[in-house]
Formats: sequence, C-alpha cells, structure tokens
Amino acid sequence: MLIRLLWTSILMGSVLAAAANNQQRHNRTMQGKPDLNGIWQALNTANWDLQEHAARAGLITSLEAAVAEPGGLGAVEGDEIPYLPAALKKKQQNFETRLTADPEIKCYLPGVPRATYMPYPFQIVQTSDVILIAYEFAGAARTIYMKNPPESPADSWMGHSVGHWEGPTLVVDVTSFNDQTWFDRAGNFHSDALHVVERYTPLGHDALDYEATIEDPKVFSRPWKISMPLYRRLEKNAQLLEFKCVEFVEELMYGDYRKKVNK
Amino acid sequence: MGHRFLVMFTVAIVATLAAVSAAAQSSPQARKTRASKPWTPPLTPDGQPDLQGVWLSNRATPLERPKALEGRQYLTDAEVAELKKRADRIFKGGNSDFAAGDNAFLAALANVEQYKNPNISTGGSLDMVEREFDNRTSLIIDPPDGKIPPLTPEARRKQAAAEVRQRLLAGPEDVNNALRCITFGVPRLGGNFGSGPYSYYRIFQNQHYFVLFSEIIHEARIVPLDGRPHLPRSIRLWNGDSRGRWEGRSLVVDTSNFSPKSDFMGSAENLHLVERFTRVAPDTIEYQITLDDATTWTKPWTAMIRLKETHDAIYEFACHEGNYQIMVGMLAGARAQEAEETKKQRETK
Repeated sequence: MLIRLLWTSILMGSVLAAAANNQQRHNRTMQGKPDLNGIWQALNTANWDLQEHAARAGLITSLEAAVAEPGGLGAVEGDEIPYLPAALKKKQQNFETRLTADPEIKCYLPGVPRATYMPYPFQIVQTSDVILIAYEFAGAARTIYMKNPPESPADSWMGHSVGHWEGPTLVVDVTSFNDQTWFDRAGNFHSDALHVVERYTPLGHDALDYEATIEDPKVFSRPWKISMPLYRRLEKNAQLLEFKCVEFVEELMYGDYRKKVNK
Repeated sequence: MGHRFLVMFTVAIVATLAAVSAAAQSSPQARKTRASKPWTPPLTPDGQPDLQGVWLSNRATPLERPKALEGRQYLTDAEVAELKKRADRIFKGGNSDFAAGDNAFLAALANVEQYKNPNISTGGSLDMVEREFDNRTSLIIDPPDGKIPPLTPEARRKQAAAEVRQRLLAGPEDVNNALRCITFGVPRLGGNFGSGPYSYYRIFQNQHYFVLFSEIIHEARIVPLDGRPHLPRSIRLWNGDSRGRWEGRSLVVDTSNFSPKSDFMGSAENLHLVERFTRVAPDTIEYQITLDDATTWTKPWTAMIRLKETHDAIYEFACHEGNYQIMVGMLAGARAQEAEETKKQRETK
C-alpha cells in the first residue's frame, strides 16, 4: 500500500513535471495552436549557396574579406538539386553571372523559400484566420490564409500562401510564383511552375525546424527538400527595422541617367 | 380666444423644440448614434476590440473643405443624394478619366460634364473604386475650418526647393518617394494615395502586436503593444517608429523617428503622428490622424477617415520590380530637356 502510494505520487509528480516542461517547450496561442509569434532568423550560409560549399572569394576584389563567401554544410537533403539537363546549364550560367544577374542585387522581392534564410530577420504575427510573415529584406511580406483562401489572380514574387496545422506544425502550400526569383546567390533557380510546401515546427520555445519541399517539373526531375533551424531573436528590444534597399540600388540601376556635372 | 392662444403657444413650443432638435441633429453622426442602440465591437480572444479584417478608405469626402462649402461642416441628405447622382452620371458612363483622391467629390460638386485629369490620366473612370458620399465636407476635423493650417516660412522654402528638384530630376533621389517605389508614406492621407484604389489595408492583431498592412508596396507597419519605448533618436525610418496602446475602445498609435527623407506633405524628421483606430460599427473604423510638426505647420491638425470593411482580398503590389522603364523614362526625359535647353541657350548667344 505504502509502495503503491509512493509510486502514484512519483508518477503524478513526473506527469506534472512533464506537463510543465511541455508548457515551456511548446507555447500555445489562446486558440490552442502552436505559438509561432516572434522575430526569427536563419543562422547559416544558405543564401550564399543552398548546397555544401567551402569558403570562396567574392566577386568584388576591392571589398574582398567583407564580401568573400563563407562556407557551409548545405541545407539540401542529400545535397543534390535534381536539375533537368538544360536547367543545369542555366544554373551554371547564373553562377557565372551572379554578380549582376542575382535579383537580390537589385532589391527585388526575394521569393519563397529564399526570404526565410536571407541574413535578415523576419517576423511572424499570428492570428487565427491569417498569419503575416514580414521580412526585413525589401519589406517583403506574405499573408498566409488559414481560412477561406481567395483565388490567386496572377503570378507573384512571394507566391500565394495557404496554411493549415498538422499537430504542432504549420504547413504552408505556396503556389502562383513568377519565374523571376532565385533560391540563393549561387544561381539556383526555378520557373513559374514552382510549388513549395513549407513546414514550420517548434523546437522548444526559441527555435523552429523549417523544411521546404520544392517541386518544379520544368526545372527539376523530382521534388527535393531543404531543412534548417530558425532561431528566435532573443534581444528584449528585438524589432524589424527598415531595409528599404531600393534606395541603395538606384545608382546601379539609374546612375547612367543622372545629370552630368561639368568638371 | 383662449383656444387659439393655446394653439399658438403649442406651435411656439413645437417650433422651439424643432429648432433645438435641428441643432442637435446638425451632426448626422450624432443623429445616427442616438437612433440606434449603443453598439459594442466584437472582442479578440484576449479581450481587445477586434479591428481585424480588410479595410478600404473609399469615402469621396475631400481632405480640405472646398471653398464653395466654406462655413459648412455638413451637407444635407438631399445635397448628398444630388452629389451622388452627379457622380454616377460623370463616372459611370465611361467618358471621364480616373478620378483619384479629392477629384471625384470636386467633379460632382462642380457638376462638370465630364472629368478630365489635368495631369497624366491613369485610366478611365470605369476602373475606379466605388466612392461613397456622406454628409461631411472635409476629412479635416481640426482646425474647424477644415483646412490644413498654413505652412511655416521654412516649410514654404523647402516646398519650393522640392518643386524645382522634382522638375529638373538631376537623379533618382529627386523623384518623389512613391514614384521611386520606396514608400507611399505614413500616414496615407490626401493626394491620390489616401483613398480609392491606393488605400486597401489589412489589420492583423494579437495580444502583442497591431499591424496596419497597406496593399500598396506591401508595407507592414508592425506596432508593438507592450509599452516599450521608441527607438533611439539616432535611428530614423522612412515610415517612422510606431508604438501602440489601448485607450478604452480605441487603439492609439504614436509614431516618431521619421527620417529627413520621409515626406508627408513636406513634413519629415520632426513629424509626431498620433493615430486612433476605433471600430464604431460592424463595417466601419473611424481612423483619426493628428499631425504635429511645428517646423512645417503653424499648428497641429487632425483628420478623420472612415474605413469601410471589404470582402476583397489584398494582393501583391510589387512596385520597384516593375519600375525600371518608368524611372529611366523620367530621368532620360529630364536629360533630353536639359540638352534641348542647352542647345537653345547656345543658339541665342
């Protein structure tokens, strides 16, 4: 009897501890959904190159150590991006001309999933019907429809996002892309047939597991997957600031049309 | 005799009551409020008034009270009906240009045959967002004359200099912020951007944040509600730094830290903006905007916009991505004009 009581109290104690632990690990919104609110950021080199790569020289020799490309272990499952033969050629060409051809250089909207792992924070503002993801880079933003998604009227840079919950995971189906964005600075690209399925799963309170399955029959022979952790920005005063980069690219884009100053 | 007196007396009382009642009714809003039961807004799960949804600023009411309506805060219902009828005739036939901002109201008030945009037309009137007419004669509620207070001498000089720069366009930075696709500015009030197609918003709201998301250039104003202080004064943002708090049924957003490159009617780094969002009916938010910048205006002023709930969706407005030819066109045009003028100067010498 005594042993049974003792056993029960130990059991109950561990259940309570587990519950408390769980509470801490997986915050919930008032609707009982996993709480993804916060400012998040990737901490890897996927924006330089989704695949494994050693550090290499950058393309602007005057700025060398500041713009050299850091190495990384890659975010692609199996490290292989299954390009169709013609598409592989295009990728290699993109790599050669990346200094001018990468849409990031011109401050264009970065597309999905690239916006997630650019070296800038992004913020999730979660409500029950819609979820906003606002990215610092170029002020890009997406509305994820959790209920009654409208039809997408046209292709777009950031795509059309429809979400649902699978247990602790936010699953977002993204379609209606144009063919203008890249996946990284290494020239990995897609067509307007791109279809991305993202999965955001809490890993404790301060990290998310991020997965994106990428499908594009015009460019790839099969779907492929990337994954990486995303980290919460823990600064008490964390806040997205503006990175309205249009201003920074005007000289590059329109400098030739500037009034010539007579010397 | 006594009977007649009684009748006259009654008439006098009724007339007095009618006069009092007419005075009380001079505000159509007051009339509506009294007629219907007090309405309480729906609440979010954490108990705050729910402002969420897609909202549109589509009233025809002009920012400033037109000269023809000086001294009149409100139109009569008959006058509103007449303006509405005229607007339908002018804009629903398809003979008129697209009228943005105040132009729909002003065209109806002037009862023009057809509306022609004096500047470059952005299309025909059939593409316009349906504009709603109501009794108000200006969005500005303070000062009571419905006019923007006079500019300070410093602001007038700055405005004149900006006009010269925008005519000569020495470089991209001389183009206005909206045409550069940097920002359509905060707040969206007046000009072409305050109402009609440029003024679809989605409000996201939870316990910690309020977000006013503008469709135009996908600008999300993310407003923390946790009482944190503003950014340090050294950090200046095109759209300012916003902090929010609840005051009863109203969400109050205080914005400062604007950049010297911000441009709300010439006001920039010294602008202090206070906005109040109050849901006053299921489909209406009263959005009050108070602008204070002693270096720009001789006194603060306040406008009130009614946002209407819409079941339209918000779509991606990629601005800069499609702007290359437009920017090049404007700048190349300025260079061509320059060359022309230089040639003329040489010929006259």
